[in-house]
Amino acid sequence: MSFSSELLIKVLVVLATAPVMALGLTLLEVKGSAWMQRRPGPLHVGLRGFIFPLATAAKYFQKETIIPKDVDEPVFKWAPAWVIAAVVGLFTIIPLSPTLIVRDLELGVFFLLAISSISTIGVLTAGWSSANKFSLMGGLRAAGQLIAYELPLILSVVGVVIQAETMSTVGIVEKQIEFGFPFVIAGQGIAFIIFMIAATAEMMRTPFDMPIGESELTMGFMTEYSGIRFLIFYISEYINLFVMCAIASTLFLGGYHIPLLPTEWVNFYGPLVLIGKTFTLAFLLIAIRWSFPRFREDQLQTLAWKVLIPLSLLNIMVTAIMKVVF
Amino acid sequence: MISYFQDYVTVGAMIGLGLLLFLVFISLSALLSPKKPTPEKIKTYECGVDPVGGGWSQTYVRYYIFGLLFVIFDVEAVFIFPWALNLENLGYFGLIEMFIFIFILLLGLIYAIRKDVLKWE
Repeated sequence: MSFSSELLIKVLVVLATAPVMALGLTLLEVKGSAWMQRRPGPLHVGLRGFIFPLATAAKYFQKETIIPKDVDEPVFKWAPAWVIAAVVGLFTIIPLSPTLIVRDLELGVFFLLAISSISTIGVLTAGWSSANKFSLMGGLRAAGQLIAYELPLILSVVGVVIQAETMSTVGIVEKQIEFGFPFVIAGQGIAFIIFMIAATAEMMRTPFDMPIGESELTMGFMTEYSGIRFLIFYISEYINLFVMCAIASTLFLGGYHIPLLPTEWVNFYGPLVLIGKTFTLAFLLIAIRWSFPRFREDQLQTLAWKVLIPLSLLNIMVTAIMKVVF
Repeated sequence: MISYFQDYVTVGAMIGLGLLLFLVFISLSALLSPKKPTPEKIKTYECGVDPVGGGWSQTYVRYYIFGLLFVIFDVEAVFIFPWALNLENLGYFGLIEMFIFIFILLLGLIYAIRKDVLKWE
């Protein structure tokens, strides 16, 4: 198949997958939260409430999009585009099997870290252009948090790169298969924990939801957004959740591989295995959301700068020593 | 070389897909949703009460110093990745060199902490 038609098919598959995954995770979030609080959750919208996310999305399409008169219009209108472009771009490097990947970039992990910081621009411009004090504060907090937690995110991945000697995501999974153990067991346990904490903060999920803390900032940088643009922020949040958990399972949990299954059938079970691992991790994050109170802004920054960054540098040093000496 | 350009085309196509999703969403909503702005509706929402003063208020931006620190460590990450890939070939020489590099950066972080710039009072 020629490159262009293959690319077209892959893009169409991602186009179909990304919103479905977001809806699936929204469902997991509302139902999971409900189960954790011993309530039934959404119940009346078709199929015992299981098409609720779809109905919500459809509702947002019909709502009026209010653009407040004081906002900086072009910036305000385009802020959600930055966020959704960044998270959809990340699908490029998620491997569902050695061949089922949009593009196995040689700089895979590096691409992830570079692209994921683009959404910071969207968040910051959203807060800045809203002509609203709380939005501005929320946007600044969000930017401060995103850059602070980006560093542990990057640095925790370096350990994996040292062990795998490659930055391509397929290469990293293949290395884990060769090892016989996923990296979370084979030496990168601390890195995995750091990565998950930093990823939670990058997604601005509770307990790291200071930027949109509703009791003090209404909805943070999203306050002035309504209708479809709010939906875009919302849906990118869940696409981002999927992408981050998928990347975490690829880098640390063996990705599409599962022991004992024949590797020549990986094209069939690979996608299911990866999505299963991803949803398990996402469920873990939802459980964390209902178990921990919100961090205060200063605690947030202290955790990033005084604990996670030194710890991840230490992790790099230990991994490097192990690699060179043994 | 062709594969090199194909990488870029793919990445461009995927980011383009994100933008396309944005445009499709916006235009679908424009078709389906009503548009009847009234003076009350298009007032800044803020927290539900009529806003007091403009949207621009002066606050103490301590994020500046965090921004500076971020740039330093981000550039460090750019240097660390190639080293991490080639560690096996570089051996002890690379190991010690990078430890000196990381140590100097850590000194910077410790200096910042001791100077209380990371404090949030």
